[in-house]
Amino acid sequence: MNLVVTDLTQRFAGTTVLDRLSLSTGDIRALVLVGPSGGGKTTLLRILAGLDLPVAGRVAFAGRELPRDEAGLQAYRKTVGTVFQAYNLFPHLSALDNLLLPLVQVHKLSLEAASERVREPLERFGLAAHAHKRPAELSGGQKQRIAILRALVVQPACLFLDEPTSALDPEMAAEVLDMIQELKLQGTRFVLVTHEMQFARRAADEVAFIGDGTVLAHGSAAEMFTNCPQPRVRAFFQRILP
Amino acid sequence: MPRWLAHLLVVALLAALVALAFARVNYAWNWPAVWAYREKFLLGWLTTIAMSLAALVVSSLIGILASLCLQSQRPLLEAVGRVYVELIRGTPLLVQLLIGFYVIANAVGLENRYVVGVLVLSLFSGAYMAEIFRGGLAAIPTTQRDAARAIGLTPWQSLRFVILPQAIRLVLPPMAGQLVSLIKDSSLLSVIAISEFTLSAQEVNAFTYSTLECYLPLAAGYLLLTLPLSALARWLERRFHYES
Ligand SMILES: Nc1ncnc2c1ncn2[C@@H]1O[C@H](COP(=O)(O)OP(=O)(O)OP(=O)(O)O)[C@@H](O)[C@H]1O
Ligand SMILES: [Mg+2]
Repeated sequence: MNLVVTDLTQRFAGTTVLDRLSLSTGDIRALVLVGPSGGGKTTLLRILAGLDLPVAGRVAFAGRELPRDEAGLQAYRKTVGTVFQAYNLFPHLSALDNLLLPLVQVHKLSLEAASERVREPLERFGLAAHAHKRPAELSGGQKQRIAILRALVVQPACLFLDEPTSALDPEMAAEVLDMIQELKLQGTRFVLVTHEMQFARRAADEVAFIGDGTVLAHGSAAEMFTNCPQPRVRAFFQRILP
Repeated sequence: MPRWLAHLLVVALLAALVALAFARVNYAWNWPAVWAYREKFLLGWLTTIAMSLAALVVSSLIGILASLCLQSQRPLLEAVGRVYVELIRGTPLLVQLLIGFYVIANAVGLENRYVVGVLVLSLFSGAYMAEIFRGGLAAIPTTQRDAARAIGLTPWQSLRFVILPQAIRLVLPPMAGQLVSLIKDSSLLSVIAISEFTLSAQEVNAFTYSTLECYLPLAAGYLLLTLPLSALARWLERRFHYES
């Protein structure tokens, strides 16, 4: 993935939320962002996903710079996928139509080609029987798995997931985490914000600890979880990990 | 007690009370005199429907424009929207009709009173429609726009495939309610001599001096339109609640 973030700054109404944040990863498949609430994880992820423009700084994926105008970002967003904490499915469309909308309207597939594209993933993740239900008729775990598929079926270069399980009870969270794990094994690249440290440890290639709008620590999963030199980061993990 | 039985009971009770009241005033009924004018009633009733439907369509367009003005970032457009809505909602329709017909329509040389009637009624109703549309759009959470952008939809596609389909579900019930209001408000068109349902009843009353025989069918004729519409509005509302 080779993500390079340089001096990224973001402000909302005068408050600095990201403060010249810099981060450079190896050619990895999974980057996990962890850190205290309000530290700036969502803000960073939204910039990476092309949803917000930073005030200053640069982001490059595999050597390619993120565009800095809305028109450019619009094109960029077609090439990546985003999954939100609250699923953000379209409530007036069936699960299936939620998946077909980007394929047909954004990626200009024919309806047949799009239906063919989503058939196999729906079956693999046990969602085929629910494809014709509206989001209101799905469980939280089913909703989030549909939301992940919606981001995935367009074959994005990278998937951005912002706390995809924090609105779910443990059993449903496990369903979703299993799905993400399986996707990782199949080669999907992703940046994930999560408070599920056990999962982060298992799935992450690298972990970045975001706090006070900067990267407080960054390293391989093993380095970060076992003996991070940063006392603040160690304390955070000790509090969260059993 | 089932709901329909409760409704029936209340209606029957009300009918009994009204019948009692009529029995006490000792009114000399003369239905045949009014029956002779049934075609005039029917024509007036159809005119009311036509004027109300026309005003519904025009006021929807005005309402969409005005709601866009209300939400505009440009101060001038916002001001236009706000002044329009407040002015219309703060004055009686009767005054608007009289000024619209005798002053403005005269000044611009608009002679067809039916056209003037629909326009004034639409301007009146448009101010309420504007608030309905503004509320409908405001009720769609911003996370929906986010999700639409995230999958790569253009702003126009986002409006068409995500925002509007949801907003329409929200505004349909209050729009049906607005049509109910329009139908009743259109009775004021009688003051500018449009032969709608109310004026027809007034005229027949003038010919026959059978006041109740004219105005009871008038009330029934309005209820025939407004009751199903109210039911429709409630049904739409329930259906939406079930979906979200
Ligand atoms: N649109 C916004 N307008 C104003 N302030 C914002 C906005 N978005 C985020 N912030 C502020 O920026 C800071 C960082 O927020 P952010 O959501 O990025 O944190 P986070 O690390 O994702 O936290 P959490 O773990 O609670 O999700 C917070 O103080 C938040 O209040
Ligand atoms: Mg967050």
